[in-house]
Amino acid sequence: MLILECPYCGVKADETELAPGYEAHLKRFGPSSSPEEFEAYMFARKNPKGVHFERWRHAYGCGKWFLAARDTATLEVFGTYPAQVGEPPAEIIAKIKAKRPDWKGFK
Amino acid sequence: MSTRLQKGGRLIDRSSAVEFTFNSKRMRGFQGDTLAAALLANDQMLVGRSFKYHRPRGIVASGAEEPNALINMGTGAQFAPNQRATTTELFAGLTARSQNHWPSLEMDIGVVNGLFARFLPAGFYYKTFIHPRAAWKHVFEPFIRQSAGLGQAPTEADGDRYEHAYAFCDILIAGGGIAGLQAALVAASSGARVMLLEQNAHWGGRAPVDGDLINGKPAEEWIKAVLEALGKMENVTMRSRCMVAGSYDHGYVLADENIADHTPGDGRPKHRLWRIRAGRIIAATGALERPLAFAGNDIPGVMLASAVRDYVVNYGVSAGDRTVLVTNNDDAYRTAIALREAGLEVPLIIDARAEVTGDLPAKARAMGIRITSGRAVVKVKGGARVSGVAIGLQAGEGAVLEEVVCDVVAMSGGWSPVVHLFSHCGGKLIWDDAQAHFRPDSARPPTNQDGASMVFAAGAANGALQGDAALADAGRVASNVVGELGLKTRGKLAKAVVCSEAAMEPVWVMPQGANTVLRAKMWLDFQNDVKVSDVQLAAREGYTSVEHAKRYTTLGMATDQGKLSNINGLAVLSGALNEPIPAVGTTTFRPPYTPVPLGALAGESRGEIFQPLRRTPMHAWHEAHAAYLEPVGLWRRAYCYPRGPETHEQAVHREILNTRANVGLLDASTLGKIVVKGPDAGRFLDMLYTNVMSNLPVGKCRYGLMCNEQGFLSDDGVVVRLSEDSWLCHTTTGGAERIHGWMEDWLQCEWWDWQVYTANVTEQYAQIAVAGPKARQLLEKLGGMDVSKESLPFMGFAEGTLAGLPVRVYRISFSGELSYEIAVAASQGLALWEKLIAAGADLGVQPYGTEAMHVMRAEKGFIMMGDETDGTVIPQDLNLGWAISKKKADYLGKRGQERTYLARPDRFKLAGFETLDGSVIPDGAYIIAEGVNANGQRNTQGRVTSTYHSPTLGRGIAMGLIVGGMDRLGDVVEFNTLPNGTVKARVVDPVFYDKEGEMQNV
Repeated sequence: MLILECPYCGVKADETELAPGYEAHLKRFGPSSSPEEFEAYMFARKNPKGVHFERWRHAYGCGKWFLAARDTATLEVFGTYPAQVGEPPAEIIAKIKAKRPDWKGFK
Repeated sequence: MSTRLQKGGRLIDRSSAVEFTFNSKRMRGFQGDTLAAALLANDQMLVGRSFKYHRPRGIVASGAEEPNALINMGTGAQFAPNQRATTTELFAGLTARSQNHWPSLEMDIGVVNGLFARFLPAGFYYKTFIHPRAAWKHVFEPFIRQSAGLGQAPTEADGDRYEHAYAFCDILIAGGGIAGLQAALVAASSGARVMLLEQNAHWGGRAPVDGDLINGKPAEEWIKAVLEALGKMENVTMRSRCMVAGSYDHGYVLADENIADHTPGDGRPKHRLWRIRAGRIIAATGALERPLAFAGNDIPGVMLASAVRDYVVNYGVSAGDRTVLVTNNDDAYRTAIALREAGLEVPLIIDARAEVTGDLPAKARAMGIRITSGRAVVKVKGGARVSGVAIGLQAGEGAVLEEVVCDVVAMSGGWSPVVHLFSHCGGKLIWDDAQAHFRPDSARPPTNQDGASMVFAAGAANGALQGDAALADAGRVASNVVGELGLKTRGKLAKAVVCSEAAMEPVWVMPQGANTVLRAKMWLDFQNDVKVSDVQLAAREGYTSVEHAKRYTTLGMATDQGKLSNINGLAVLSGALNEPIPAVGTTTFRPPYTPVPLGALAGESRGEIFQPLRRTPMHAWHEAHAAYLEPVGLWRRAYCYPRGPETHEQAVHREILNTRANVGLLDASTLGKIVVKGPDAGRFLDMLYTNVMSNLPVGKCRYGLMCNEQGFLSDDGVVVRLSEDSWLCHTTTGGAERIHGWMEDWLQCEWWDWQVYTANVTEQYAQIAVAGPKARQLLEKLGGMDVSKESLPFMGFAEGTLAGLPVRVYRISFSGELSYEIAVAASQGLALWEKLIAAGADLGVQPYGTEAMHVMRAEKGFIMMGDETDGTVIPQDLNLGWAISKKKADYLGKRGQERTYLARPDRFKLAGFETLDGSVIPDGAYIIAEGVNANGQRNTQGRVTSTYHSPTLGRGIAMGLIVGGMDRLGDVVEFNTLPNGTVKARVVDPVFYDKEGEMQNV
């Protein structure tokens, strides 16, 4: 029942429009990757209590996948941004750091 | 005796009498009564039996916290169990029956449980029913099932109508007492959109009962003026009878509005469920009075002091002639004063506090009421009704100093704020030592998406228990909330004047040194029969966490969810653990605040509109031709088309034999159809499918497999090269939306620089499979395009017209016969279908359903997603290595399939099976192996995945997965059959019919 703003169409949507898609910014490991790399890609999820980056799809809206940064404990949303990035945008990182000085960072 | 007084009752209309029945007894009340008030007016104090010991239970409270007065309401399709009599508004013709007794309320056989109370201690479920093992099935379980549960389950479908409503507001205020009204005034003055919801039919809460003065006038006048003012404001929505059930993430609020519980049959929906998004929530939900734990506090006639006062002031009902009051605070003296003013006897006020000095006690004294301080109720006398109290020292162990005759004991152990809405989303509580309760900690609130506080408690819910403090607190909180929204308030805050109260003193066990006999008669949870001794036992047995103790003793697990018992129970637990109360903490508060009918949650989503139904363009034709429809996802597909007296099995066999001999039509419109187009479409499909799709020539079809990244099969279907830059991907019926989402996921999130466009066109086309040796003849009769073997060979694709309709024709076969799948615009699907039926009449054309399709594909050894696959099967397991490209460097699932354990020789692999006796292997059967596993179960070496009677071959055929797969050809294995037999089968090639493919390639 979260409300997230789709960064593509600007709609503030809730669970009637959004579909969740697990952790964001995973790096795909394909053929020739080591078992450890593949395991990390396939199975090792952070699942933190606190700042987390997630994939969401505006499934019953514009259909676009986007990414969200939020606190899994307080449900505070730091921002949403398009999926076509390798890591969170600098302004979202800065916002999280300002609000969560103890946060250890994205990596 | 409880009775109706000659005068009084601010909520009832004495000119309007209402008849109702309770346990088939005709009774009379007045318009405005609650059922509980009317029952008391008819001297019906006994209303039910407790859960475990079947002890007599009377009305305790006057509101939502009532644990005892639960009744079965109505009959037939209007029947509802577990309705609280204290919140049920009386109406003419109401029928109520008491619960949890046999044979009757007055004479209940289950009361013998009470004699065995020693043997039914806390956690008795876990201790008692262990040995002997057979006794569980034959003795314990039937007994528990017979005695478990309070109300009865309805036997008819709910005959009432329910609806959902959606709303948005800036500030939602839960609770329409004086704090809620004050908050609403402040919030509304800012121009913000305000919703004010009150669970009762009446506004104003307890203030009118308590006689508070607001702005120098009786509270009732101020309430009336405020309601009028708010009613005129366009930015304010007010609903009474609307219980805020819960607060959820990001300001989501659920509220249950009772519209027609009290006006059945007037055509309105019974309940309306509000689904609200609120910017900020103000919980002005008040406080609940706590019982006191003394021996016999569950005997009918022992009531909350506030409830006794409510019945006198609101309904003109006296719970009894002689009421003894027992309290640890000043508020309860209001009850004594109200009773005296109504002309009733109050022989004694027992105050546990050593000194009693407040203004209210002084007023009571002045009325001539005797007050005894530092005293306790040692025990209540009486069986089915209070007959008196024995009194001793609160500091003592229970020696009786004096006995007083009475028929009501009004108790007050102090007040606890209703913190539910604050706590539902993680708001934390702090312990208030002075008032001995938990209240919301505004420094640790539940938070919103912006990180700001989402719920604000105000008034009594915030620990400001008295009218003056509550009004001031609500004004302050509402002003803060308005300020946070960047708005300004206007107007002056109302001020209340109340009789001041001296400090209360916490009392958790009465008397404090009570012996074990007394403690075993002190009820904490009236409905579930949890006593002080049970909680202490749980602590001794090591249940030191409040959450564990709750589940072990069932404290607070009754339908009132611990509204009365929670704080008392954890105070007793903290005493037993010798830890301070805040260190023990509370159990988790979960929505709903009071029960919400399932009908309200379902709303309009029942029957035909429970979920959307997807219909193919030919759906109406199938229905008109007696098709038996089966659900496939949200679709309905024809399973078979029985003729006359045919069984489904006979119909399926006829359809198969006709398709194999003549020609059959299958409505294949539900197949997923996704167009993939663009300069990088080929490269993209090569990643998506295990085989190569980029080199598929224009005008050709190719079967393809899709896997997830773990390498397990996810979907399959035929891909068609429509043109140089576009492909059409067929998916399974259930997979269309999922696969389209999967494609978009990779295109948007991984390969976002690839130029590919996808469109799910499943519903834009109708698709008809025309299969059978006479399929070509049939199409030639329609005319319009060349469908010869030379122009349109097997696995070819052509566009043209048939019977004047533009079509795409694919030479693909899932039946093994000469087969054309014809796609046509959805709007022309029915027309083409009817033309095929008409033109094929003399060729013997018949429609066939999904079951015939399944059997025919199994005869051909074609796999089916969901039959041969279950999310743990890789293509190699199904001998589909030919459909996996060895040349491609990468595709989705390739790395997953390289995992070493997937190459283990003991994996189950696909083979065919033929029973030696020709019978059909049961669905879901396992292939048994030697020995047993660690659980004593027979080892297995495989399982059946598709099993049918083949009318073509006249015998049972099956596909299944077995260790060794096709290497086991010729082996005879055993499948289990129910209940405990086996059937022998030989491992064979899974292609049972036309192994060379001569039938489809003509």
